[in-house]
Amino acid sequence: MSLLSSPTQLINAGHFIIQVGPFAVRIQSEIEPVQQGVIRLYRDYPQLPEDSFCDFYVRVFRPAGLRRFFRKQALFAFDQFVPFKPLPYSQALPFFEWGLNWCISGYSHQYLIIHAAVVEKNAKALILPGSPGSGKSTLCASLINKGWRLLSDELTLIDCVTGNIVPVPRPVSLKNESIQLIADTYPNNEFSPVVNDTLKGSVSLMKPPTESISRADEIALPCLVVFPKYQQHLDMQLTPLSKPEALMKLADLSFNYSVLGAEGFEVLAKLVERSRAYDFIYDGDFDQASACFEQLLDDAEHG
Amino acid sequence: MANLLVKQLVFARTENCHTSINWELLLRQARAAGVMSRLTFFWKKFGLFEPPEFVITHLNSADKYWLSQKRIVNWELHNLQQVFEQLKLPLILLKGTAYSAANLNAGLGRIFSDIDILVPKQRLQEVKEALKWNGWFPEPLDSYDQNYYDRWMHELPPMRHIKRGTTLDVHHNILPETCALCPDAGLLLKSAVNIPNSNYWILAPEDMILHTASHLFWGGEFENGLRDLSDIDLLLREFSDKDSRFWQKLLHRADTLGLGTPLFYALRYSNKILKTPVTESIITSSAIYTPGPLKTKIMDCLFLRALNPPHPTCNDKWTGLARWLLYIRSHWLKMPLHLLIPHLSRKAWLRLTNSQPY
Repeated sequence: MSLLSSPTQLINAGHFIIQVGPFAVRIQSEIEPVQQGVIRLYRDYPQLPEDSFCDFYVRVFRPAGLRRFFRKQALFAFDQFVPFKPLPYSQALPFFEWGLNWCISGYSHQYLIIHAAVVEKNAKALILPGSPGSGKSTLCASLINKGWRLLSDELTLIDCVTGNIVPVPRPVSLKNESIQLIADTYPNNEFSPVVNDTLKGSVSLMKPPTESISRADEIALPCLVVFPKYQQHLDMQLTPLSKPEALMKLADLSFNYSVLGAEGFEVLAKLVERSRAYDFIYDGDFDQASACFEQLLDDAEHG
Repeated sequence: MANLLVKQLVFARTENCHTSINWELLLRQARAAGVMSRLTFFWKKFGLFEPPEFVITHLNSADKYWLSQKRIVNWELHNLQQVFEQLKLPLILLKGTAYSAANLNAGLGRIFSDIDILVPKQRLQEVKEALKWNGWFPEPLDSYDQNYYDRWMHELPPMRHIKRGTTLDVHHNILPETCALCPDAGLLLKSAVNIPNSNYWILAPEDMILHTASHLFWGGEFENGLRDLSDIDLLLREFSDKDSRFWQKLLHRADTLGLGTPLFYALRYSNKILKTPVTESIITSSAIYTPGPLKTKIMDCLFLRALNPPHPTCNDKWTGLARWLLYIRSHWLKMPLHLLIPHLSRKAWLRLTNSQPY
């Protein structure tokens, strides 16, 4: 069937399977913007045969009943389980991304998962945890346009056994002002159409660099943990954090720290033991930020 | 597509799935039926099958989640115990909470969302007050539901801990008082047994079976039906292994409590579906509770469908109807007509006017 079917047909029928980092994801959607968005953003990902084992079977579809015609909506399902209330139809594509994040963070306890962007250089990982509004996605988007490899924009997966970072590169979710900013500064990227009025404001997804996708099976060692905070008109400021402080802040931003219990603590303890951690205030000067992080990685290597 | 899960829940070495796609389907059905972490134990502890690496990842992940739940429940039980100590009442645990605390096989990998406990009805008010002082508050209900619980139900409205968010169901019986089969709760309380080296109590083994049996076969919701049947299967196997006279005691107790028919169904379907080793003589003895050959045939049609995993790949065209009929039946069994008709009308009206949350 797959030889004869276009990606659109495959997505429609639930036979479209891609490898996203360590996960095989089966995507099904009858919704055109989702089909187009998925094809556009994920076309470089390895596509798997229809009879492959899938870790997550996710669907975005339209609810039955009147809502098919009147104020159209979209629903997300993890197999048969519908964890969220419907969203407006126009948000179907970001809904798919949020839904997949939810599946990964709720059903992959082989990893300690932190709400953080993570990028790599020379096999060393720079973790950028951040609450919404801290500017982590913007910073991440610009770093991967400056030669850093994207490991993830939202979910930092720390392998509980090895302590290494396992990449799960996905489209970078840009919000509000940063959409235009990144599109202007790095015009060679591909973006999904902007969706307005979501819970997070306006959202657009940026396709990750091809290299990040093709090297998704290369793990990285955690080296640097930087908590970014965007602050206009302030000079760049880097404040070292003690290891216990860093641990507590990471635990706070973890999705499954409490599920893992003592194991979670040990994974984090090992991570902060071998990394340096900083609070980082920046005013949007990406060149300066990138240079600073490279310097820190260098220092870590020689010091 | 096939129902792969039921075969896997039979407590015996099973043939492995042959294809990746079947392994995936098995996990999907297991997740829908809420038995992922139970399968982990079937594999890890009992060696009943050999999953490939990509399945092991998911089983281990489910296992970690189960362990985290167990930690939470243990902490809640510890806190509840303090309250019950002050009340000078034994803390009697029911259902999943009991299996887990008593380290029964049925508690291994058993996920549950609420903590269920049993208290004497005459102490209910006192218990409620004491729980309030310790942070457990009833979930807000409208006055109809409140009234309904107070007058007809066998439990208090669910209580939620104000800080920790965990839910507690306080029962004073195992079936609603409006149900013709409602047993004498005093008998259950009197036979409760202490879990060795703890301050927790559980129902006597026979009562535990009769409770799940009446819960499952007098109830109308089957999302967890297969999991509950698997509970019954594991409990029956474990109790009858430990005590050679268990089957006789079970029949006798069912007779005393008047719960013979639910027991008949439990033995019939756990044997039919999960191959529970119920001896011929026990089946014959329990047959005195059979509802009659025709009705048994009808019930087979309904239960054998309703007890499948709640997954579209396990449905045939009659599954939906079967589950619906059993839902209606459960109301019929639990309430006399003059209560039932207004109650169902109100529910239907709420659904029609869409005033129920999505």
